[in-house]
Amino acid sequence: MTDTSSAKVTASDNRPKGLSGLVEDWSSDQRAFKNVSWRKAMMWIFLLSDTFIFSIFLLSYMTARMSTKVGWPNASEVFSLHIGHTNFPLLLIAIMTFVLISSSGTMVLAVNYGYRKNRNLTAIMLLVTALLGATFVGMQIFEWTKLISEGVRPWGNPMGAPQFGGIFFMITGFHGTHVSIGVIFLLVMALKVWRGDYDKQTPGYFTSRKGEYECVEIMGLYWHFVDLVWVFIFAFFYLW
Amino acid sequence: MAESNSSHNNQYSATEIPADGHQAHPLKVYFVVWGWLFVLSACSYAIDFMGVQGYLRWTLILFFMFVKAGLIVAIFMHIIWERLSLTYAVLLPPIAVLVFVAIMAIESNYTVLTRFIFFAGG
Repeated sequence: MTDTSSAKVTASDNRPKGLSGLVEDWSSDQRAFKNVSWRKAMMWIFLLSDTFIFSIFLLSYMTARMSTKVGWPNASEVFSLHIGHTNFPLLLIAIMTFVLISSSGTMVLAVNYGYRKNRNLTAIMLLVTALLGATFVGMQIFEWTKLISEGVRPWGNPMGAPQFGGIFFMITGFHGTHVSIGVIFLLVMALKVWRGDYDKQTPGYFTSRKGEYECVEIMGLYWHFVDLVWVFIFAFFYLW
Repeated sequence: MAESNSSHNNQYSATEIPADGHQAHPLKVYFVVWGWLFVLSACSYAIDFMGVQGYLRWTLILFFMFVKAGLIVAIFMHIIWERLSLTYAVLLPPIAVLVFVAIMAIESNYTVLTRFIFFAGG
């Protein structure tokens, strides 16, 4: 039991690597993820389940779009912005993409500075990540407002197939909720890092497990996943 | 690096497993990936901006999408530095989704066909 609860179990040197290592790790009555702590493994399993949720959303989008007789609205036109006299297709979406990628970059920096025990830089990077995430949600609210004012509703819209609105609000709304929850957790984590909880190994409020800088890496996994989902939404919903 | 174990081997290596399970890698790797993600996103946007259409558009969209997703999962989420038991546990199950996609694509084709036959009048 001590083996499963410790975050510090190492992959000992004489264990096989590669494919035989895979079989070895899974094939006996033992802990499968040798050098991964319980919290990281659980985050990965949660992310796997979330992968399925978003996959099903995108799949239902594909099914609706492929099976409708009515033409699908042209995303390039629907999401374009007029600046001056020029029409920029998908401009806001492109900016949102860059903002989210930037936030992923600051997140890996936070993880890295965390393992270097650089408390201040870790907290600052987490705050910057949260700020970029909040910016993303802000732009998404702008986009929703614009579309709603143009008459897009979950049950119909002036541009084409009526399923467009429902699928748009469902997918981007679910993703935006993920970003918003991430921002809240990033702020909480920035506060914890700032207070030095992970240096003092202060137990977590809910888990009463020792706080460690690995928590920043696990937060990072969630945040990168949100970025990852956006890559797929950007490709399938906005560009296709 | 403050971690005593990783201070000995802070040389970047794709096959090396961090001895203490901590993912401490040189910052340069992250900056390079970060830069590439910007470039690839710009490329994706350029497809739409330049109005590329047809199969070329879909191929390019999918290509840039998979490269971006791969970089994020491999480097930012540290999957290439994890043991295969974790890598396969998280990367193999989504293959089931592809099967589902194939099933639903066939089903949608049938649905739209019947819609055209029975609701042809509008």
